[in-house]
Amino acid sequence: MAATTQAVPTDLGKTLQRDMLAKYYGALETANEDGVPVAYLFIPGNIVELTRNFGFLPVYPEINALQCGIKKVAGENIIRAEDLGYSSDVCGYVKNDIGLMLKDRQSPFGRIPKPDLLVCNYSGCNTFIKWFEGLAHFYGSEFFLLDVPYIRGRAVTESDVTYVVAQLKELIDVCERRTGVTFSEAKLRETLEYSRQAEDLWVEILNLAQERPSPFDSYFEAVFYMAPINILRGTPETVEYYRQVLREMRARVDEGHGPVPEEKFRVVIEGPPPWPHFRAFWELFKRWGAVAVASTYSKVGGLYDQGVRHDPSRPLESIAEYTMNSYTNWNLPMRADLLRKYVETYDADALVIHSVKSCRSFSVGQADFREEFVNELGIPTLMVESDLADPRYFQEAQLRNRIDAFFESLQQRRLTGATA
Amino acid sequence: MSGPPGTVEDLRLLVEDVTFPQAREWKEGGGKVVGSFPVYAPMELVHAAGMLPVHLFGAGGGVEIEGADSRIQSFVCSITRSTLELGLRGNLRPFDGFVFTNICDVARNLSGVWTRNFRDRMVEYLHLPQNVGSGAAADYMTRELRRLLDSLERMSGRTVSEDDLRHSVAVFEENRALMRELHRIRAESPWIVPAHEAYLLLRAGGLMPKEEHTALLRKTLADVRSRPSRPMDRVRILLIGSFCEQPPIALLRAMEDAGCYVVDDDLALGLRYIERPVAADGDPLRALAEAFLGGAATSSVCHTVRPKTEWLLERAEALRVDGVLFCTAKFCEPALYDYVPYKEVLDRAEIPSLHVEFEEKMTAFDQAKTQVETFVESVLFEEA
Repeated sequence: MAATTQAVPTDLGKTLQRDMLAKYYGALETANEDGVPVAYLFIPGNIVELTRNFGFLPVYPEINALQCGIKKVAGENIIRAEDLGYSSDVCGYVKNDIGLMLKDRQSPFGRIPKPDLLVCNYSGCNTFIKWFEGLAHFYGSEFFLLDVPYIRGRAVTESDVTYVVAQLKELIDVCERRTGVTFSEAKLRETLEYSRQAEDLWVEILNLAQERPSPFDSYFEAVFYMAPINILRGTPETVEYYRQVLREMRARVDEGHGPVPEEKFRVVIEGPPPWPHFRAFWELFKRWGAVAVASTYSKVGGLYDQGVRHDPSRPLESIAEYTMNSYTNWNLPMRADLLRKYVETYDADALVIHSVKSCRSFSVGQADFREEFVNELGIPTLMVESDLADPRYFQEAQLRNRIDAFFESLQQRRLTGATA
Repeated sequence: MSGPPGTVEDLRLLVEDVTFPQAREWKEGGGKVVGSFPVYAPMELVHAAGMLPVHLFGAGGGVEIEGADSRIQSFVCSITRSTLELGLRGNLRPFDGFVFTNICDVARNLSGVWTRNFRDRMVEYLHLPQNVGSGAAADYMTRELRRLLDSLERMSGRTVSEDDLRHSVAVFEENRALMRELHRIRAESPWIVPAHEAYLLLRAGGLMPKEEHTALLRKTLADVRSRPSRPMDRVRILLIGSFCEQPPIALLRAMEDAGCYVVDDDLALGLRYIERPVAADGDPLRALAEAFLGGAATSSVCHTVRPKTEWLLERAEALRVDGVLFCTAKFCEPALYDYVPYKEVLDRAEIPSLHVEFEEKMTAFDQAKTQVETFVESVLFEEA
């Protein structure tokens, strides 16, 4: 790519995404009244290309939950669900969604429509089943459980693919029955081609974090830039969006511009962010000149950087493989290997683990591989705890102390290493 | 072994012994031992491979959590932490292999922790179909069972024939039928088989050779029929939510002492994980898969096509219960999610219910007992 590109407007990606999401939420607002069928899906391993075939508008309760977190209304939603009987020990995303339902689905970003179909693409999270079983109870909507096998051993097997493909065919029947629309394989191939193109571009963007300085924060910014590929995949607009973001990131590389004035530490971050305190959490790293060069949360929607792709020439098979390759559907040994690989590939100084109570899928096992990173691999590792949804778990002073102490020791290590 | 446990106290000592004496004895005799983490492990396959199947249920407060503390966060259920603790302390040394299944996020990830920490043992994670209504589920589960059997064969160094499998399935079926008979008697006349006794008998079956346990059940069944029957003024209770982590035995007794006849429960559900007969002909793995898909014992960690709220109401009605006790482990997400819709339908049907939460390390039961006593009184008052 030539360095003589025309000036790229600052925050081009942010502006574009704001418009895309506004359009998306606008369509949701009137979907029930307009008679547009609505399918609720989960982000990891979602099969939106397939439901698009039948004109379903996708709703992602996890996205609503994180948006409520950012907009500071998650706390009240969670309390409303707890008043109904949900325990303080269960996932804050689920409670946020129940809390929204109890408020007639009025969110700060518009009204969320009721589900006509709940597609429980349960990939890497058993709580998804309990979540949609609950919604099926309250809404009385049809429930389809897409059973996505967890990876045993080191890779997806033929047996797993066969099983998921057979279920996708059953899901097609359900969608046809509910919408009266006949499945079109040609249309699916076209949708998948858009997905594939967006995925290629997204991986190119993610790889740019290998530059020094990294043009963007691969945690705090990547979790923002990943929204369209998770929510609006399979559309030409999403391809165009990633083309523009890539342009923006390349311009940043050319200018030597990064997310902090001076990149002092490169870290890999594991675990979801604390959405209700997103900015405050980021600041704790920025003040040290710490930049995330790779993260796992940006892979919950698919490990595209590890070669996962939707493929128009193998429509259902590639969808099936995709569903099994979301980050939390990889087993712990695979996750630990990936983290080590990120530290090496992105030339990181340390690993930061953000352990959240809500998501046991992410958190159980983190403390175990921390032992290995610290004791066997000699990778400086920091583990801090709060939550992805529940604002009550964010203890800023305590987090600041832990993070400061960690970077101080890294700095110290660097100084002594330099003089040694 | 010095003979089957003769009294309820013997059974309690056996169940609470976290040194696994039967497993050690089996091992000393040259055999191999495979443990399973709850709930739905097809231990018939372990039996068919000539090994001792043992159902692990944590430590029941029998060990201090030390090593596991640095590996599993504090917001995780006791059974996960204490099972890992047993492993780290060497209590599970007699075990050659372990089986985990997809019951929840914690158990699933624990299988990964296990793979990393016990590298010299067999660790299998089985994906049991959750889309139980899918036409492809039986084929898939048959393949999963085959995969597990391959692994067990490699470990035992012996080929398992279809006849071996059929025999083992029959041994387990006979055992489950006797267990069902005991539970039927208990549901009918709870005064002759207290809940904690039925529970200890069930748990013992996860520790000793199946054939020995079957003999123990036969003997108990013969005995209970001749017990003097004196019903007391107690309320009939269905206990649910304890399908994985087990409440302390003292808590069960406190509930009974507080005035409950626990006429049915889902305690240690894995020991009776299939409620439908397994077909005796055809491919035995497929027969097992089909029996599971159509007749797995209901719990919060196995999806059903029909809403579980319907199952709960039917169960409550069939057993003519006066109330439902939700007895859930602290941090057990699946049970805690189901609690909300369950409570709602029970309220609508005017069936009283009470939620009691427990932890393995719990030692004081007075508060729980008072809670249950108050509940029992309110139920009796309503009925009067």
